[in-house]
Amino acid sequence: MNPASRITIAGTGTVSAAGWGVPALRQAMEAGHPLPLDQIPRPGPDNTLTLPVRRVPRPAERPAFLAHPRLRRSSPISWFAAAAALEALGPDPDKSRRTGVIFTLLNGCVNYSGRFFGEALQDPSTASPILFPETVFNAPASHLATLLGFDAPAFTLIGDSAQFIPGVELAVQWLLDGVVDACLVVGAEEVDPLTAEALSLLAPGAILTEGAGALLLERDGPGPVIHEIAGPVPITGFPDQTCRTAAALRLQQSLMPLPENALLIDDASGCRRSDFPGLSAWHDFHGPRLSPRRLLGEAPGASAALQCVLASAAIQSGKTKAAVVSAIGADQQASALVLAAT
Amino acid sequence: MAYRSATFTPSPPRRVVVTGAGLLTAHGTGWQVNSDAFHQGKNSLRPVTLFDVSRQRVQTAGEVLLPEDLPPHRLGRRDLARIDRGARLLVHAAHETLVHAKVPLTHLPCVLGTSAGGMALGEAFYRQAQAVPPARRGQASRVLYYQAWQQAAVMQRALGIAGPVTLISNACASGANAIAHAASLVRRGDAPAVLCGGYDALCQMVFAGFDTLRALSPTVARPFDAHRDGLALGEGAGLMLVESLDHARSRGATVLAEIAGSGAGTDLHHLTQPHPQGDAALASMTAACAMAGLRPDEIDYINSHGTGTPLNDIAEALAIQRWAGDAVSRIRVSSTKGGIGHLLGGAGAVEAVICLMALRGGFLPPCVNVETPDPACTFDLIREPRDAVLRSALTNSFGFGGSNATLIFRQPPD
Repeated sequence: MNPASRITIAGTGTVSAAGWGVPALRQAMEAGHPLPLDQIPRPGPDNTLTLPVRRVPRPAERPAFLAHPRLRRSSPISWFAAAAALEALGPDPDKSRRTGVIFTLLNGCVNYSGRFFGEALQDPSTASPILFPETVFNAPASHLATLLGFDAPAFTLIGDSAQFIPGVELAVQWLLDGVVDACLVVGAEEVDPLTAEALSLLAPGAILTEGAGALLLERDGPGPVIHEIAGPVPITGFPDQTCRTAAALRLQQSLMPLPENALLIDDASGCRRSDFPGLSAWHDFHGPRLSPRRLLGEAPGASAALQCVLASAAIQSGKTKAAVVSAIGADQQASALVLAAT
Repeated sequence: MAYRSATFTPSPPRRVVVTGAGLLTAHGTGWQVNSDAFHQGKNSLRPVTLFDVSRQRVQTAGEVLLPEDLPPHRLGRRDLARIDRGARLLVHAAHETLVHAKVPLTHLPCVLGTSAGGMALGEAFYRQAQAVPPARRGQASRVLYYQAWQQAAVMQRALGIAGPVTLISNACASGANAIAHAASLVRRGDAPAVLCGGYDALCQMVFAGFDTLRALSPTVARPFDAHRDGLALGEGAGLMLVESLDHARSRGATVLAEIAGSGAGTDLHHLTQPHPQGDAALASMTAACAMAGLRPDEIDYINSHGTGTPLNDIAEALAIQRWAGDAVSRIRVSSTKGGIGHLLGGAGAVEAVICLMALRGGFLPPCVNVETPDPACTFDLIREPRDAVLRSALTNSFGFGGSNATLIFRQPPD
């Protein structure tokens, strides 16, 4: 293989309900216990009704990046993304490289959207002009690019909980086309009452969580290799279980044969209805398997990013030579990423 | 579109062409009505009727007079009962594109740009969630259809096509970025043809947001006028079918134009304001020209971002001056936002289609409402309808968050 076409992972970073940083996430996975639940009020006037969620714990100390003018007024999604990105870039990032940003999310900054829309309905003349720009889907990507000083393309892709993997694929294309020298792919999401309510309607029993996962991609580095990206297999037709299961099966079949002794990191969350398509597709897989969403919950735009970070970490720690990340989205697509040791 | 490192081999880049386009704006539905309106410099801003604007500073926008019926479609009752305005815009524009292109494919990847997506459904969800007593009836389907890819999925179901959907949300550059990304997929050989473009429907939250920022013109939107005082919002959809030149020729398709170049970058200056000297705009235009192999004096028309806000227009004018150098006085520029408003996530794609119309129709769309051009306009600002033979056209899109994009189209190869 031409080394120029080999894309590798140069760094990873996360923020999750398990804490700030990859070690905290790995530790939670090793412990294997679902993380404690928080309660947030349901949207609406009766705030005695609550919904269970898993929030990112407060950091041990206030991150220095929050002093950046762009991040002072931003919402948690941007903080999580910044922390994960800085961890992935490492302490001494190569500033001479033209580095792109690809940001994947489903909801974005709904906390500010809800606040702003509430103000606008009440009295448009007093609605805050500071809130509105933060509600735009690409605000977090813009903050991130500014914080890092990256003026290469910064794209925001919106999609379901499998979207992070097509985001990685776009980064691979940019690297192969020479659009960028390195590319940061970040998936992030924040908890808010409207999203928690929405998830409870679409996937009863699922627990909303928040956080971010980041991969720094480069050409021909020493890190784990992106061996294969499969999909996205569209969930065609009205998105019911039959369509999702068909997409999951097509995805799983397209990956065969898998690398020997590969670790499967699937998207099972413990919610029977959501899990059915993925569990059906991987029914005959008998190798090692990790299901981080069972412990963390569902962070729509960030969940697949956290799976990918864990896959990379497992390879870098020598626990496995290959890892498969499977993400069957709720109603858009199914995607998979296969990483292998260099 | 799958990637396998072991088998990946780069292939020679393919030339990318446009073989069909569809458009809906405040001017009307379809290529011809829009082409005539842009040629004449029509103004189609009108009072907003979609939501309550009585307490806003501004009450007008480029609201689309949406046809009551959808074009021929395959939607079932469930979809028809839930389809929102954004998806309707998309179905109309996609239908026209596919009819125009006469493409025989049913597997078509879609790359779409949007800024608001299904926000109107999000607003309805919010209102109902806040109701006393709480009312959850219909909330699940609002959540489902609020997700922007469901608008694309409804469009696919309506027209009997299937394929992966990529949704780019880079604010006002989304539509242009979507076309550039679709072109890159075809150029690399990942797909023979891609349906691409952008759309956005007017919604209350976004309208209120621009109003609170004092970005909306309380008088008349007049891009590049010395006394401009803001933009008008609009809505609509602009789509096109891009395919490889070889693929288009093999099926005998009519080629509307070639996508010669594209550029993208990020302006780090401010979340909502461009760099005052237009640095990032200059970089984006320069990159697109380099890719196209064209000098600034070989660009026959620029459809500018030209929103009508004081800061945008001056930054873009300065960027064009720096980019064109000595040739600036010969560079012909207009903004079409004065007539239809700013379509946000749809703007870049709609303006790309306007460039196709100008190339095909041999005209320069005028910049309406300009009385006193800003002194920064050292270029040839098109203020009246003008006919011209064009070889190439460039369109700029600059968005919130510093997302910048440039596309260059040229006449089809012989």
